[in-house]
Amino acid sequence: MTTSLVDAESVLAVDLGSVLTRVLLFDTVDGQYRFIASGVAPSTAGAPYSDIGEGINQALYQLQEVTGRVLVDPEGRLIMPAQPDGSGLDRLTIVFSAGPELRVVTVGLLEDVSLESANRLVEMTYGQVVEQIGINDRRRPEVQVDAILQARPDLVLLAGGADRGATRSVAKMVELITLALQTTLPEQRPDILYAGNQVLAKRLKEVLSKLTTVHLAPNIRPSIDLEELEPASEVLAQVIGKVRSSQVGGLEGLGKISTTPLIPAAQAFGRMIGYLSKIYDPQKGVLGVDLGQTYSTIAAGVGGQTALRTFPLGMGAGIQSTLADLKIEDVSRWLPVPIGDDVLRDYLWQRSLRPGMVPVTVEALAMEQAAARHILTLMMQGLQTRWPDLHNAFEPILAAGSVLSQWSSPGQSLLTILDGLQPVGITTVLLDAYGLLGSLGSISSHNALMPVQVLESNAFINLGTVICPLSEGRYGTPLLKVRIEYESGEETQLEVRQGMLTALPIRNGQTARIHFSPLRRVVIDPNRKDRIRSFKVVGGLCGAVIDTRGRPLVLPRDAARRRDMIRKWQTALGGSVV
Amino acid sequence: MVAPVNHILPVALIRRQRSLPLPGKVLVRMGQKVNATDPVAEAQLPGQHALFNIRRLLGGGRGGDQADRFIEVKVGARLMKGDVIAEAGGLFPRIVRAPANGQVVAIVSGQVLLEMEPRIEQIYAGLNGTVTETTPDLGCTIEASGALIQGVWGNGQAGLGLLLALAKEPLDEVTRASLDVSMRGAVVLGGYCNKVDAIEAGNELPLRGLILGSMSADLIPAARAARYPIVLTEGFGPIPMNSAAFKLLSTSERRDLCVNAIYDPVKGERPEIIIPLPATGQLPMELISFKPGQMVHIWGAPYAGKIGTLLQVRPGLSALPNGVRAAAADVRLENNEPVVVPLANLDVIE
Repeated sequence: MTTSLVDAESVLAVDLGSVLTRVLLFDTVDGQYRFIASGVAPSTAGAPYSDIGEGINQALYQLQEVTGRVLVDPEGRLIMPAQPDGSGLDRLTIVFSAGPELRVVTVGLLEDVSLESANRLVEMTYGQVVEQIGINDRRRPEVQVDAILQARPDLVLLAGGADRGATRSVAKMVELITLALQTTLPEQRPDILYAGNQVLAKRLKEVLSKLTTVHLAPNIRPSIDLEELEPASEVLAQVIGKVRSSQVGGLEGLGKISTTPLIPAAQAFGRMIGYLSKIYDPQKGVLGVDLGQTYSTIAAGVGGQTALRTFPLGMGAGIQSTLADLKIEDVSRWLPVPIGDDVLRDYLWQRSLRPGMVPVTVEALAMEQAAARHILTLMMQGLQTRWPDLHNAFEPILAAGSVLSQWSSPGQSLLTILDGLQPVGITTVLLDAYGLLGSLGSISSHNALMPVQVLESNAFINLGTVICPLSEGRYGTPLLKVRIEYESGEETQLEVRQGMLTALPIRNGQTARIHFSPLRRVVIDPNRKDRIRSFKVVGGLCGAVIDTRGRPLVLPRDAARRRDMIRKWQTALGGSVV
Repeated sequence: MVAPVNHILPVALIRRQRSLPLPGKVLVRMGQKVNATDPVAEAQLPGQHALFNIRRLLGGGRGGDQADRFIEVKVGARLMKGDVIAEAGGLFPRIVRAPANGQVVAIVSGQVLLEMEPRIEQIYAGLNGTVTETTPDLGCTIEASGALIQGVWGNGQAGLGLLLALAKEPLDEVTRASLDVSMRGAVVLGGYCNKVDAIEAGNELPLRGLILGSMSADLIPAARAARYPIVLTEGFGPIPMNSAAFKLLSTSERRDLCVNAIYDPVKGERPEIIIPLPATGQLPMELISFKPGQMVHIWGAPYAGKIGTLLQVRPGLSALPNGVRAAAADVRLENNEPVVVPLANLDVIE
């Protein structure tokens, strides 16, 4: 039975990353849930510790120092529930990305229907499709069996057949899986996740559970033209939690005292974005990006529906995947300083050897930011490839990841996000500097109140409102007259030209009304059919920004001119690194 | 705070576990002396499979019920080439025979799955030492005494040989011209390499190993394809080998050493160089926290590859030259220069 957290006073969230372990404390202040503080320590999931416990302890000690609150008893155990003397906590929730990638064999019927959906389901989490077999696979059955065995999967994901649709074809694939399972030692058999024709689910479980553990999920293709991944992704999240518990030392024990099931941080992140999209303007939708060290996640929520993809891309070990298919010019074009391609390639490879490395020099920081822009671009393109109907006019955009939040100025973070994602319309860019989104997503299924109240409590950093009008005007053409009307009654006017990045003089937290007078044909907000000419904004750390650089953003071919332009943009947002 | 450890030790007791990826056979016994290239355990990996659809070959109904009656083998049966798998009687009996030696591993719905001869996967000692423990079916623990130098990247190969110091300085470049026939069969100590033909020359000689401070990332494909182990102590780009490793290696010229260029960050496996010595050392510390007085090794520009002494861990966050704020420490470099380095860029040398 689901336990409500509504009456709970305090929640500890543990976020087990591949590089860092975070502990986050939430509690009620004046009857409202608030994020109190966090503790961070290097992850100890890998060698030589091979147990998450030490990393969690270190992070907890830091959290205790910051808050002055005792959370751990003298034996090193979490104090649960909270005690009358103020020590301890009431609830525990855990998300993870640490641990080896889940190796998945997908088995389906039609390659571009159920097999495609199965692959998409795996892309929602920290999984890698190591083999796929469809009904039209031309390989002989024994070769298919060999392929499954050689792939050494942790999980076989079987999909296929609309509900009350194909059964014989699914049965044929079950036979294939049975052969592969029988050929594998019992202790090495992968779990099976079935997300196909529900008519067969019970019988299939009876047959295959004699050989291994079988998990049933709702059909991901209930009909040929309908794909429903989210219900199955919830089951997949729990399966991954179970598999990871056996792979990551200390996770199983911690999972037993957790209030919520162990789920991958990516899916918790997606859940939170979907949840927020119910609260914000359902027409616009919410976009979330989490730029991690080993994996990165992007999620778009529209009216409660979530499009989620996780990529094996990141600023640490994940950069090796980026480098595998990389044209180095795709990264170097974002550099504001002249750095050779060989130096850039060396730096990125070096970064993969030492995922947590902090850039010390201006050049190193410039290379990190260039790589971050490229990864964000790849993620956005990947999301839109999978969901071609998705627009790029979201409100708000939430960005997470230590790479984005550690930089020296908010302007650098905002510019990186704008360059990488290239949003259109009017949006607010929020930075999740403490990495709260995944943990709130994990909690959200049990406590609907906490994420909303925490979000409203300024736990996220408002980088600014960004207005990205679209026009076909030439570079430098006058585009808009902007009048800023402050609450004090004072006004400022300025003219905005095509191809510029303009920071409006609005201070952090200051409220103002912006009035636009177009000087030529311009689309300010495609979501509102361009009727908008006046709206209220609250300034963020970068105030409010008008980005008239066009979409897609085209950089000058000449390297010197390009670098000059990037430096101008950095200066415009007060975030120049050189 | 938990500190990453980088072992650069003149004498240590080195204990390494060698485990099969799946149960198999341990080839060594307790107390046995092994060389780095000796296999210590082996496992049978599934061989290729052949599937015989008896119901299709001999008939027997859709469900395979009748076909099951034709099958003359059971799961687990070992068959020789030509043995009968299934036979349909009658005036002219139809027979399905095994095409090669193998074992019946599954019979499902009138189909027989035969696994051919399995493949053997062996794991190697990786260092010269003595087997101190065996784990039935899985592997063993090997202990050795000697100098230990850990690297940061390796090409996955292993080997052993006599060390020849080509580099006189930690950043001396290894080129095809600098590798000559006198180095055949040796492990070569170099500084930096950025020419593919130098890696290829190592194959041609052949070398038994190449220890570098750093190399160009462009050489990764060639290094991975090399038939000898390549270990980097610093990483990619022209980074000089740290002075502690360089001193230890360059003073060990003409000694035999083991080069294990394994690199698997997910399993936490790092490349290492072991110089066997008769002296007995202590087991190195693996778990450590930052403390003043520790010798530390620095990652990342502008101090990449340098070594210093940790003076203090600074409270809170410190501003770095590029404006980034991070947890940091005061470090005195070997030339007495005081510098501030992010904790995330430090290894403790132990």
